[in-house]
Amino acid sequence: MAEAANFKAIGTRPIRPDGVEKVTGRANFGADLNLPDMLHGKVLRSPHAHARIKRIDLTKAQAMEGVYAAISSADFPQEVTLSLSKNILARDKALYHGHALAAVAARTPRIAEEALERIEVEYEVLPPVLILDDAMQEKSTLVSEDLRTNDDESSPPSNIAATQRFERGDVTQGFAEADVIVQEEFRVPSAHQGYIEPHACVATSNPGGRVTIWCTTQGPFEVRSATAGVLNKTVSDIKVIPSEIGGGFGGKTVVYLEPVAVRLSELTGKPVKMVMNREEVFRATGPASATLCKIKVGAKKDGRITAATAWLAYEAGAFPGSPVGPGCMSVFAPYDIDNFLVEGYDVLVNKPKVAAYRAPGAPQSMHAMECAIDELAQKLDMDPIDLRLKNAAKEGTVAPYGPKFPPIGLVECLEAAKRHPNYVNKPSEEVGRGVAVGFWFNIGMQSSAEVTIAEDGAVSIMEGSPDIGGSRASMCLMAAETLGVPYETINAHVGDTESTGFCNLTGGSRTTFATGLAVVKACEDVIAQCKARAAMTWELDVEQVAWRDGQAVPKPGVNIDVDPLSLADIAKTMSRTGGPLLGRASLNAQGAGACFSVNWTDVTIDRETGKVDVKAFTAIQDAGRAIHPSYVEGQMQGGAVQGLGWALNEEYIYDENGVVENASFLDYRVPVASDMPMIDCEIVEVPNPSHPYGVRGVGETPIVAPLAATSNAVRDLLGFRINDLPLSPPNVLAAIDEAD
Amino acid sequence: MARVVFPDHLHRFTDGTHELEVDCSSFRQLVRILEQTWPGIESVLTSTMVAIDGQLFQDAWFEKISPDSEVFFLQRIEGG
Repeated sequence: MAEAANFKAIGTRPIRPDGVEKVTGRANFGADLNLPDMLHGKVLRSPHAHARIKRIDLTKAQAMEGVYAAISSADFPQEVTLSLSKNILARDKALYHGHALAAVAARTPRIAEEALERIEVEYEVLPPVLILDDAMQEKSTLVSEDLRTNDDESSPPSNIAATQRFERGDVTQGFAEADVIVQEEFRVPSAHQGYIEPHACVATSNPGGRVTIWCTTQGPFEVRSATAGVLNKTVSDIKVIPSEIGGGFGGKTVVYLEPVAVRLSELTGKPVKMVMNREEVFRATGPASATLCKIKVGAKKDGRITAATAWLAYEAGAFPGSPVGPGCMSVFAPYDIDNFLVEGYDVLVNKPKVAAYRAPGAPQSMHAMECAIDELAQKLDMDPIDLRLKNAAKEGTVAPYGPKFPPIGLVECLEAAKRHPNYVNKPSEEVGRGVAVGFWFNIGMQSSAEVTIAEDGAVSIMEGSPDIGGSRASMCLMAAETLGVPYETINAHVGDTESTGFCNLTGGSRTTFATGLAVVKACEDVIAQCKARAAMTWELDVEQVAWRDGQAVPKPGVNIDVDPLSLADIAKTMSRTGGPLLGRASLNAQGAGACFSVNWTDVTIDRETGKVDVKAFTAIQDAGRAIHPSYVEGQMQGGAVQGLGWALNEEYIYDENGVVENASFLDYRVPVASDMPMIDCEIVEVPNPSHPYGVRGVGETPIVAPLAATSNAVRDLLGFRINDLPLSPPNVLAAIDEAD
Repeated sequence: MARVVFPDHLHRFTDGTHELEVDCSSFRQLVRILEQTWPGIESVLTSTMVAIDGQLFQDAWFEKISPDSEVFFLQRIEGG
């Protein structure tokens, strides 16, 4: 692997290729597309959190002038029993307030909304299950009467969909050896990803059954397969064209509208557009799981952890599939612990099906562990970073979930924190400081890329990963580095499902790593072709030609006097040397290196109101290699702000009937710019050996540590801990009053 | 022989077996050997994640396994 000092493009901070379009309002997002003769689709949603659907009568809606179609789940293939299908349109039961029941397509949005009011639904209202603890009771009302834990047909129906368990060593013996033990319970509420752009799509179908979908998504190929699955089509029937995306953070890895729009288009023969409003986004799309986490950690006087246990219960919403697995796998990941036990529970409640949200599962469980580590540091009178260094995982440490860690950067991040001026300078008495560590596994998966060379040597990259955080710029930088040509001569495009090879979604912090790897390999394919054409031109063997600084040159020792041939030179004559230059690569990327971070928050608290103000926040994170440092910092800052929002204010507030009472950005309080200090970033680079430039994914980890760092800062200032999030003014004030 | 470890949530497919040693040279061969022992487990193992000698694979198949390899089956990880 080349040293950082040798890079010419990587590590620079050029302007992103899509920047002008976005800042001038020219970029097209999900709701921007309109087609001739297009209809507007709207969804009728359940007013009950739990109800049996006895009858849906669409006839009055269908009879309205301007209404072209009205559908319910009966219009979906009944042989498809995927929970995804039942979430998109409820069948026998409405499982949460806002669950989609029916949909209409009409000439205008207003007519469609009026038609929804004509749909008659007869319900048998059932009591909802809204709280984890209640849902786990043996005699709880069941969200699904058919569900058995771990699909074990011998067990009775339960709201516990699945269990997890990881164990190593002897926990009893480990705690017996401990000089200090911390044992606490923590609750984290549901939080929404808070993407600014709501879900939106346009679908059109032709009489032959071919479908085209324009939509805002993190994964057009996943939209294709999900829509095909729900509607019992083949993927070759469906073309998905991704728009620009106004945020996703995991929430746009799921389909809600697309199959409905396709079905309405099939029935009407017209394009159908569907756009959620903000209230629908809050009521019907997946937030992150609410959790209850019980942690116990024991350590020797010198800080060495001797044993730890975690009991983790995650709300799945109305269908199985919370991220409790990754929660279990990540809870102790930063530490080298000989004796531990982790138990996890995936629990159904009458709330929207949860969806991925940055590092899904890790923020909640690691909030609990990182708060417990902070308590341990208090009891041991140790610096919290020293305590973490004492127990930190490093290369060769056996991760709690089994495998040995390859090179990782946790120790480097902790050491960087120790010497950082923001940490060295201790806060004043009225400021509390809290430290926490973050972690995410990162994933690789499948990606494709094509690199074409124009006749003037300009480079065009075609790939299938929607650009959420500046990935086009990162692709161009890796191509510039590999080809040895200026960044400004390269452009990157995100293709649709028929114009580029398969790419898994943009998520899991995989795009710069995996799609970037495909771009690098496609560039290497171009270089190989250029070398062959130079060899042809010079009448040499291809083995006698090297590629250096963007030019084909004879290798040292080859006795020939020729001028180097640049990419542009070779492109100029490509019609005579074999035709267009096109490099391709497709791969299933392995070896996405794990990413660790260290954060600390400095806060003040208004004891009259309970308001917590973040005065300073510092994020240190291992990026492996920062391809475009500004976008790495952007991920760190964005994740930090989302984590701070989750720590301080964000929560779904339900009434006793399971109705969300704060389904708007007015009442669901995400941080705004005036709430936040500058997020100071320091990028640590411990290269990932599985990527030619050392890349690790960086998008997930930043949201993990801010929850506990903020809790620990509040604890530092108050002198007692508030275990449950959010640390909102009412909650903090109540805790202060109780302590007084 | 390679050391193969199943997390607890897969024990119902392995008759409670947590760990065993298997003589195999690739992941594909490992899965086919395990399928002979526990019919039906192939579809479970090929839809989960696996760590071979510390390297995580979402979709392993032809990956090599050496006699001193460690193979851990894990819950599939997605992302946000």
